[in-house]
Amino acid sequence: MGYQINEEKVFNSGHAACPGCSEALAMRYIVNTLGPDTIGVVPPSCIAIISGPQPLSSMRMPVYQTTLEASAASATGIARALKAKGNDHTKVVAIAGDGGTYDIGFQSLSSAAERNEDFIYICLDNEGYMNTGAQKSSSTPYLAYTASTPAGKPTPKKNLAEIMAAHRIPYMATATTGYPEDLARKVAKAKGIRGLRFIVVLTPCLDGWGLADNAGPKVSRLAVETGVFPLYEVENGEHYTLNYGSKGTPINQYLSLQKRYRHLNQAQIEEIQIEVDNNWQRLHRKFST
Amino acid sequence: MNEKNNRILVNGNHAVAYGVKLAQPQVVPIYPITPQTPIVEKISEFQAAGEMVVELVTAESEHSAMAACITASLTGARVFTATASQGLMLMHEMLHYASGARAPIVMFNVNRTIGSPWGFWPDQTDSLAQRDTGWIHYYCEHGQESLDTVLQAYRVAEKVMLPAMVMHEAFYVSHALDIVEVPAQKDVDQYLPAFNPLHRLDPEIGESWGNTVNQEMFYRHRRDLGLAMESVIDVAQEADTEWQELTGRGYGIIEKYRCDDAELVIVTMGSMVGTARDAVDNLRMEGVPVGLLKVKLFRPFPTEAVRQALMSVPKVMVLDRNFAPGTGGFLHQELKAALYGVDDGPGVHGYLTGVGGTNISPNNIAALVREAMSTTPIASSVWKG
Repeated sequence: MGYQINEEKVFNSGHAACPGCSEALAMRYIVNTLGPDTIGVVPPSCIAIISGPQPLSSMRMPVYQTTLEASAASATGIARALKAKGNDHTKVVAIAGDGGTYDIGFQSLSSAAERNEDFIYICLDNEGYMNTGAQKSSSTPYLAYTASTPAGKPTPKKNLAEIMAAHRIPYMATATTGYPEDLARKVAKAKGIRGLRFIVVLTPCLDGWGLADNAGPKVSRLAVETGVFPLYEVENGEHYTLNYGSKGTPINQYLSLQKRYRHLNQAQIEEIQIEVDNNWQRLHRKFST
Repeated sequence: MNEKNNRILVNGNHAVAYGVKLAQPQVVPIYPITPQTPIVEKISEFQAAGEMVVELVTAESEHSAMAACITASLTGARVFTATASQGLMLMHEMLHYASGARAPIVMFNVNRTIGSPWGFWPDQTDSLAQRDTGWIHYYCEHGQESLDTVLQAYRVAEKVMLPAMVMHEAFYVSHALDIVEVPAQKDVDQYLPAFNPLHRLDPEIGESWGNTVNQEMFYRHRRDLGLAMESVIDVAQEADTEWQELTGRGYGIIEKYRCDDAELVIVTMGSMVGTARDAVDNLRMEGVPVGLLKVKLFRPFPTEAVRQALMSVPKVMVLDRNFAPGTGGFLHQELKAALYGVDDGPGVHGYLTGVGGTNISPNNIAALVREAMSTTPIASSVWKG
């Protein structure tokens, strides 16, 4: 895409993320793109751990830690107070995990989207409650092992990107850490828009997914190339733009790097391949208009 | 409204809304629930008519409304919300978060039964079950007091940096019409300076709030919260005294009514106070030496003032329109604790009256007084209809 990442130093080293953590990488591009005139909201999560224990902080911006279900409501309060005080320059960003977004935080997020509140909501999606030891969330994919689905999850991942697009918010995008220029460009684009902007960022969890310490970026790229997680943008719920889609890479190349899928037999792998192909074809039809 | 004296005929909830308008909150997250709704409807009307400049957030739940109140307050805005019953129950988690964040939110709660089963009746169990959440609690007797107390609550909350909830009861007060005097905006502005907190979420200041602390920091934080709560007794007394100087209306943190030479003092709060006043007047006419103690400030509990008021009284009769299964009436518990260790302190009867909204008349109370005067109190609360 030829996008030149333009970072302001907001995120710093010395934080408490695991070595090789995708979330820390995502946070770097998110907050360094937003810049220091930003107020952050994070719920209890690895993101809060990375933000740092009081009185320390990994980010040179104010961060408010809310409850797990209230990120969007808490961001609403800040955005409205800034407006009431006549501040039209400070950005508000909520950064929450998939448990705090797809599950317990969904009610307040849906309402904030319906009201078109003026903040950016970023979901760092690692497909489970990884901070509490890798339990299933509604973002966990079909047949993936978690501590609460030891035989594999029997139902598919919730399609939050399409649900958020259906709210007809000004901007919805998917991104992942294996494509840092794409991620940074989307954050920069969101920064320049008013209203509720939502970006879901696939962030492979080394521990929760059972990955090698250096496998985060590779698995992230394979998620896109296999069609598991296409990168695209939707404006006002209608205008779809594809950034990076399936290259037809066989699903097994993605699954075989992850211990959470090692219990699968050949028939199950083929079943996942069919599901991924169907999802990709269904999504692809939206780009033709 | 009569322009000359600003006296209007309104129900209790609309009186609250007039008080809120005078406080000029900048952010008001709202969610409807009976019997609170007329408060936020009136505020919405004020905004639509241009009489209030305020960010209204039509949240999808009381939980989110309170979450937005906390952060708006931490960003340096004055905030207000109102709720009742199940709405307050849903907020419970965020009530602790608000006091922990030292956010001086003012909230109005209209006391209503909590389910199940479903009911809409006056009962104070909803807010009393929140007594340990670190909020200042006020109980009001009528619409005028509710209006005045909202403004006092802002004054106190913003001085000690703790949230405050103000209560009156469903229908008896919330929907009953009464003549209410609306203070002048200039008087309120003088009484309640603009909210400008030293610490706030602001990139130019660069302070954060809420992330993990160690045990020692948590301990100190709780201790400081407790010290702030203790300071409310004096601050609330002062706020009431100054309000009285400004408007001619004062309530105290407690009120002693006809307690001179009383052999029994009724202790209660909320709408029951008005009924008890009538009962006391009737009994005094008959020569029965009875008085009334109204508890207006419930958190922090005005222990010292209550001890001073009751230490030389032979008997106390607490009336609770609320119920905690396993311990009884909330106010009964508080009174027993407050009077513990007072030499020759009064015997304390605890009566559960009006729980679930049943009607209690002055005659009912008079009969209870006679019974209490001739019997020995027991430790637990007794059901009396």
